[in-house]
Amino acid sequence: MTETTHTLDARGLNCPLPILRTKKAIAALASGEILEVTATDPGSVKDLDSFCSQTGHEMVSSEEAADGFVFLIRKA
Amino acid sequence: MSSIAPVIDMPTKDLDAWFNQRFDEKMAEREAAHTPSMTIIATKGTMDMAYPPFILASTAAALGWDVSIFFTFYGLSLLKKQLDLKVSPLGNPAMPMKLPEGPSWIRGKELPIPTSIMTLVPGFENMATSMMQKTMDKKGIARIEELRELCAEAEVKLVACQMTVDLFDHDQDDFIPEIHEWVGAASFLPRALKADVNLFV
Repeated sequence: MTETTHTLDARGLNCPLPILRTKKAIAALASGEILEVTATDPGSVKDLDSFCSQTGHEMVSSEEAADGFVFLIRKA
Repeated sequence: MSSIAPVIDMPTKDLDAWFNQRFDEKMAEREAAHTPSMTIIATKGTMDMAYPPFILASTAAALGWDVSIFFTFYGLSLLKKQLDLKVSPLGNPAMPMKLPEGPSWIRGKELPIPTSIMTLVPGFENMATSMMQKTMDKKGIARIEELRELCAEAEVKLVACQMTVDLFDHDQDDFIPEIHEWVGAASFLPRALKADVNLFV
């Protein structure tokens, strides 16, 4: 799997900021690169899923870790 | 259909199947090429009611939608350079009145006074507003200024109502330069007609 070099810390932020920051961070990536997002907003689990299905990016993984929810998103 | 079938020399049943398949393909193509769009009418100028239009607009823009917000009446004040938005407990019995700070025995507890009585106390709105702002800051909720900036950055079209400016004797110079245009209802409605989502806030 591709190594993740791009990370976004969206912890402590609430709706819709995790989505907006993700959108901004992903815009700076090249197609195929992976962004790792960490968030504490429980709503971001479904919202980032929906963000991916609307924008065509791929949700590689989405899991709950000790310091929040961790998402790996591959840019379309 | 039956009159066309002999011409292209195909049984009606096959022609129907061919048409249905082509139709589905064309519709899917169209849907894939379609950029979703949303128009919002923002009519309220309080801090709490400023959130829905800006949250929905900035999120929709992040999803790749084409978004316009038409600011009219009190909603127009959301486009002022200097935002002085307040939240009022008056006529809003569902508004939770909880202290965001203080010792743990009082923090997060509902104040046992009806909001209709509280609003009679002079300066109460200012206090309620600063309580709400503190709670929002603590919970990581964006300020309206930030959401508005994000909307402008994401090319959400901020459309201002010309009539409201005249009605309330506002000065156009008091409003942010990011405003896309100053128009009336007749200019906004055709855009709403074509939008997939229309909201009135």
